[in-house]
Amino acid sequence: MTSAPAVDRRQYAAASTQSVVPPESVAAESLSVTFNDVGRAFDGRTVLRNVSLTVTPGEVVAILGSSGCGKSTLLRAVGGLDEGFTGDIVIGDSPVTRYDERTAVGFQEPRLLPWRSIRKNVELGLPRDLSKSEGQSRVDELLELVGLAERAHLRPREISGGMAQRASLARALARQPGVLLLDEPFGALDALTRLKMQDLLLDVHAKTGTTVLLVTHDVNEALQLADRILLLGGRGTATAEGATVKSLVSVPGIRPRDRAATDLAQLRSELYAGLGVSSR
Amino acid sequence: MTTALAAPAATPGRAKSLPGGRILLGAAVPLLILGLWWLVTGPLNLFTPTQLPAPQRVLDAGLGLLEDGALYAHVGISVQRVLFGFLLGAITGLLLGSLLGLSRLADGLLHPTVGAFRAVPSLAWVPLILLWVGIGEDGKVLLIAIGAFFPVFTSVHSALRHVDPHLVEAGRAFGYHGTRLLTTVQLPAVVPPVFSGLRLALAQSWLFLVAAELLASSEGLGFLLIESQNNGRVDRLLLAIVLLAILGKTTDALLGIIERKALKTWA
Ligand SMILES: Nc1ncnc2c1ncn2[C@@H]1O[C@H](COP(=O)(O)OP(=O)(O)O)[C@@H](O)[C@H]1O
Ligand SMILES: [Mg+2]
Repeated sequence: MTSAPAVDRRQYAAASTQSVVPPESVAAESLSVTFNDVGRAFDGRTVLRNVSLTVTPGEVVAILGSSGCGKSTLLRAVGGLDEGFTGDIVIGDSPVTRYDERTAVGFQEPRLLPWRSIRKNVELGLPRDLSKSEGQSRVDELLELVGLAERAHLRPREISGGMAQRASLARALARQPGVLLLDEPFGALDALTRLKMQDLLLDVHAKTGTTVLLVTHDVNEALQLADRILLLGGRGTATAEGATVKSLVSVPGIRPRDRAATDLAQLRSELYAGLGVSSR
Repeated sequence: MTTALAAPAATPGRAKSLPGGRILLGAAVPLLILGLWWLVTGPLNLFTPTQLPAPQRVLDAGLGLLEDGALYAHVGISVQRVLFGFLLGAITGLLLGSLLGLSRLADGLLHPTVGAFRAVPSLAWVPLILLWVGIGEDGKVLLIAIGAFFPVFTSVHSALRHVDPHLVEAGRAFGYHGTRLLTTVQLPAVVPPVFSGLRLALAQSWLFLVAAELLASSEGLGFLLIESQNNGRVDRLLLAIVLLAILGKTTDALLGIIERKALKTWA
């Protein structure tokens, strides 16, 4: 059923266990994202207000905030999955459109079609105008990149949660998005798998250079991955009037960062304080 | 601990090595009933042949009808009616269920009406069908189609309403909409519940076949039932019941095979 015979897949896996050359077709033209006084209310209840910032092309920005503060809401607005927001969001040089093709979303849940193989699920992300052979070779590269080349024929229920998240990431990358939107993509994974996925994401970013907006509630994940961290929150602990940009900080140091780096300790405790958690 | 872990692994293995095992298990009770039947009619002689003829007499009745060709005619026409009625009802159910399941407008417009029709016990249509269509072939097929329609319609409709919105949104996010979204996400997602609806509809078809043939017919298994009752041929009456059981089970098994193939591809 799968178009690539099993032999091909194995050759592929053997050929590039340690690929350092960026795969041509995975590279994207990264785009900027500008938020202009963005707000969102549901049934009169304000969730987000006055969010303004500019994400530069190729930047990784982590969106940090307590649960329910509107992180997903903000991300969905950028992906064109939600049109009810106020203010403007501009991607590159034009406003975000419905289900914007320049973005790709990695959801919190893998959201793979259970009746399709992993490979066919990744194909789902390919842009429409791509030729079949180009599409196939791009899928090959992506499966390689996320380490699923040998599992590509399996169904989602036959693989682990970490693999499913990698498949979901590959599907998002298949679009060669100018902006990659990731909504707590590693939230459901065990600690070790999570660290591996973070490394994988850095690897992907190094190869594609795409702009990344990463929602997370994990301070350490944000510190490990991001160029800048956007802390969303209300005034004090009261969120009645909606969350907004509480702080926007640059993370010092060049990635990959040492996970135990002490110079981040100060920033870490500031972020914890911003989330209303004592760090000691 | 080790044995507890080993046990579940061993069970499927054993079941696989003995494929006839389940069939044997399932045949145990019917064979027991057959044995009892033979016992009370033969050696114990508890019933007169007009009350309950022996199994052998039923078999003889079957062979007799087979010889003069009547059995083929009865079975053939009944199977044909079920097939046409089931197909007509199932296809209509699939189409209408898809329309109402996918379009909010069509749902708002038509669902109350379909719901009202569903509230009518399907057999209540019989007098009207008799009046308008007559109870010839068309009327019978129509009655069976009505019986088959509702299970299919209901399963398609509610399954489409309940397709995981997360998957649909993911499809949309990756640029799928309209027909492409339908064939990529929504239809595959509803294959398993739709097959449950189809199997229910098939059972309903047999039910409505007998109802239609009992009402008015000159051939078919329902006719065999009523004719045997009138002639006091309990052996033929039992024969017709056994044949209905076998045909119902066989057609359901055939649909089950298609279902398993479909589920392999879509679930
Ligand atoms: N479609 C919706 N309708 C109504 N309320 C919503 C909707 N989506 C999100 N919300 C509300 O907005 C708030 C923020 O949600 P969300 O962005 O998912 O938070 P999180 O930061 O955990 O991702 C929550 O209180 C949630 O209940
Ligand atoms: Mg969220």
